[in-house]
Amino acid sequence: MTVIEARGLHKAFGATIAVDSVNLRVEEGRILGLIGPNGAGKTTVLNAILGLSPYQGELNVLGRNPWAERDQLMRDVSFIADVAVLPRWIRVSQTLDYLAGVHPRFDRAKAEGFLAKTTINRGSRVRELSKGMVTQLHLALVMSIDARLLVLDEPTLGLDILYRKQFYDSLLNDYFDRSRTIVVTTHQVEEIEHVLTDLMFINRGRIVFDCSMEELESRYVEVTVHPERVAAARTLKPMHERQGIGHNILLFDHLDRQQLAGLGEVRTPRIADLFVAVMGNYAGQAQGAAR
Amino acid sequence: MNTQSNAIPESTLRSRVNTPAIISASQLMYWSVQRELWENRSIYIAPLAVAALFLFGFTISMIHLPGKMGAALALGPLHQHEVIAQPYDFAALLIMATTFIVGIFYCLEALHGERRDRSILFWKSLPVSDLTTVLSKASIPLVVLPLLTFAITVATQAIMLLLGTAVLLGSGLSVETLWTQVPLFTMWLGLFYHLVTVHALYYAPIFGWLLLVSSWARRAAFLWAGLPLLAIAFVEKIAFNTSHVFAMLESRISGGPEAAAFPMPAGVPMDSMTHLALLGFLASPGLWIGLAMAAAFLAAAVRLRRYQGPI
Repeated sequence: MTVIEARGLHKAFGATIAVDSVNLRVEEGRILGLIGPNGAGKTTVLNAILGLSPYQGELNVLGRNPWAERDQLMRDVSFIADVAVLPRWIRVSQTLDYLAGVHPRFDRAKAEGFLAKTTINRGSRVRELSKGMVTQLHLALVMSIDARLLVLDEPTLGLDILYRKQFYDSLLNDYFDRSRTIVVTTHQVEEIEHVLTDLMFINRGRIVFDCSMEELESRYVEVTVHPERVAAARTLKPMHERQGIGHNILLFDHLDRQQLAGLGEVRTPRIADLFVAVMGNYAGQAQGAAR
Repeated sequence: MNTQSNAIPESTLRSRVNTPAIISASQLMYWSVQRELWENRSIYIAPLAVAALFLFGFTISMIHLPGKMGAALALGPLHQHEVIAQPYDFAALLIMATTFIVGIFYCLEALHGERRDRSILFWKSLPVSDLTTVLSKASIPLVVLPLLTFAITVATQAIMLLLGTAVLLGSGLSVETLWTQVPLFTMWLGLFYHLVTVHALYYAPIFGWLLLVSSWARRAAFLWAGLPLLAIAFVEKIAFNTSHVFAMLESRISGGPEAAAFPMPAGVPMDSMTHLALLGFLASPGLWIGLAMAAAFLAAAVRLRRYQGPI
């Protein structure tokens, strides 16, 4: 089942085009990472999906038009916009009361269970909690909502490494199953590397890369090449090359691993390296086009 | 491994079937209003504090009551009323003024604060519509505050009368004059009439306007609420040398001609006058124009909230 489908999704702020006729499709049960530099349009795309801002083009989330039906859509969609959006005056117990009151899919017992594993005091106000605890609280609330789509926009921004690791661990172990879908954006790519099933790069309002993690593993190959073999390796047209200490690292698209094994050590590229390669090429093309 | 991963979606599906997918509009409204009371405790703390302070002062003034009653008895009934019933009217006015000011500040903050502290992103992640949110916020000055004012005033005046009665009985004086000059039930009826007609209905466009400004202004909502109206009034004065806008604003804030007909002074025969005043009030175009404006302001606030995010 398709959870998100966008056709020609477009959004401009004055003369600036934030999202440029994007087509995208997310199937049920996937964990999609939406990666891009600052100002690439990630949050604008997510805001459109969540019904937070108007857009041009066609967009369908769980069979609904998000802009027209935000409140109904939110019965099946949860999101964490980023840390520190929980109101500072609210008490932990009040968040539970309120969600139990307004959300048909909120499981209070489940939330109590998650909170019991933390040191968060039920009577505390959000302003008295540390940043990490606020995130734990927000995550406990969101994981207790039986939603079909969860959207996380920089959910771990500004958190220390322990909380960040814990965040994705509990998300995977206590929340995710095949009937749910998660879309996440982050700058800390390495943290979600092993969590994702799908990967999208977005730059200047366009999706510049879209592939599943399985496809990524079979398609892209990174080779550490000794200086004397670099010339031979370059004839195979690497998509990107970078300098290591005493060797060059070349990234290939659609090449046989056997063929490359002779050149040096072969491995699947990290998302961060692939990102740099794709973005570098994209910038190069854009420059070429400008000339 | 396989059985486990199959079992999870099934149990999720089951729980989805069991949970009701829809929460009634009244329940959504109840929790939205509850939310406002959690956030803005001044809604009930301020009038309660004023009432408590007033009662404190009133209790001390009881020392002079026997003497005052003696002096009042020598006067005519009209002066008697002035002397004896005055504190009761004053208590009502004080509590009313407090809740009116609380209502103004509440409205200016209501749709502004959630954008400033970014919590609007949390509220919008929940299945509560912008309409429900704005209506729940509008219900604070239009329903909750008038009802609170009524309840607190009734309690305060009842305590005042009990105190007065106790003091008079204690000093061996008759309570008859006190009870005839302070006809509580008639006063409460008048108070209720005033709160519904003036505070809820006639002031509705004021609160609607303030809510609209708070949903629109990026900062200094207080200034945006007042200055444009004053500017229009000044332009009118300079351009046409008339002051219709001023007069209109003044009449709206003072409660209009309808407020003048309000039978607040205790002891004034109520029945026929109330009916006449009520009919006149309901027939006045000012009321209906104001209500239409309030509805338009609220509709605009609902629409704006849909577009608004953190500031």
